[in-house]
Amino acid sequence: MNFSTALFYLIAIVTVGSAAMVAFSRNIIYSAFSLLGTFAGVAGIYVLLGADFVAAVQLLIYVGGILVLVLFAVMLTHRITDVEITNRAVGRIPAVLVIGVFLFLLVQTIRETSWAKAEEILYAPTTAKIGDLFLDYYLLPFELASVVLLAALIGAVVLSRKELKE
Amino acid sequence: MEIGLTHYLVIGAILFSLGLYSVLTRRNAISILMGVELILNSANINYVAFSHYSSGNVDGQIYAIFVIMLAAAEAAVGLAIVLAIFQIFHTIDVEAAETLKE
Repeated sequence: MNFSTALFYLIAIVTVGSAAMVAFSRNIIYSAFSLLGTFAGVAGIYVLLGADFVAAVQLLIYVGGILVLVLFAVMLTHRITDVEITNRAVGRIPAVLVIGVFLFLLVQTIRETSWAKAEEILYAPTTAKIGDLFLDYYLLPFELASVVLLAALIGAVVLSRKELKE
Repeated sequence: MEIGLTHYLVIGAILFSLGLYSVLTRRNAISILMGVELILNSANINYVAFSHYSSGNVDGQIYAIFVIMLAAAEAAVGLAIVLAIFQIFHTIDVEAAETLKE
């Protein structure tokens, strides 16, 4: 087993293990902090796949933004002195059965399909190519994205402000 | 066995299943949102893996960036809704909060 294979399995174990903590932990604070391991592990997977820009974006937006938002929401919706921080789960056994069968079918499909192969597998910097495509072929979706973000920003402010009582 | 496309797709499938499990079984609204984030991450892994092994160009990575952008918007609006629910019902258990107004 060479170095990159070992690295892949290390990152895979960190990612899947943290995701399992997110899904199965009884304490929501543990769930929220385990999300950090998952997001960082996914960034590592992007690096292994030669996607340097996406890995940086993943770290900036997921770890720096969404994770902090989730932690804020967790802290704001529970009194910190509560010993019993509930993270109730119902219907565990049927869910495990259904999702187990579903995962088995997915893995079988993945193993048996002969996926298209690229002519050559490149490990080259991608940032310049992505920038060119954003300002050329993907210009309209790129501009729409800014409108979506503005709408989400205003929507979040409107939803979370206090109602003024007359 | 050399690491190939299959390995990354299997990781994506496992992450998707764990996210789906979170969404199905949790009754805490924030946990459900965390499950949705796991599902979006698994989709992104598939996009980037196919971009690397199958197509050889960066279009898949651009889709992944769009998904990350929409995930940020979804997290902001979703968590704002959760906070609004908490202000009205004083709980974020999705079974307790089943009307839009108190």
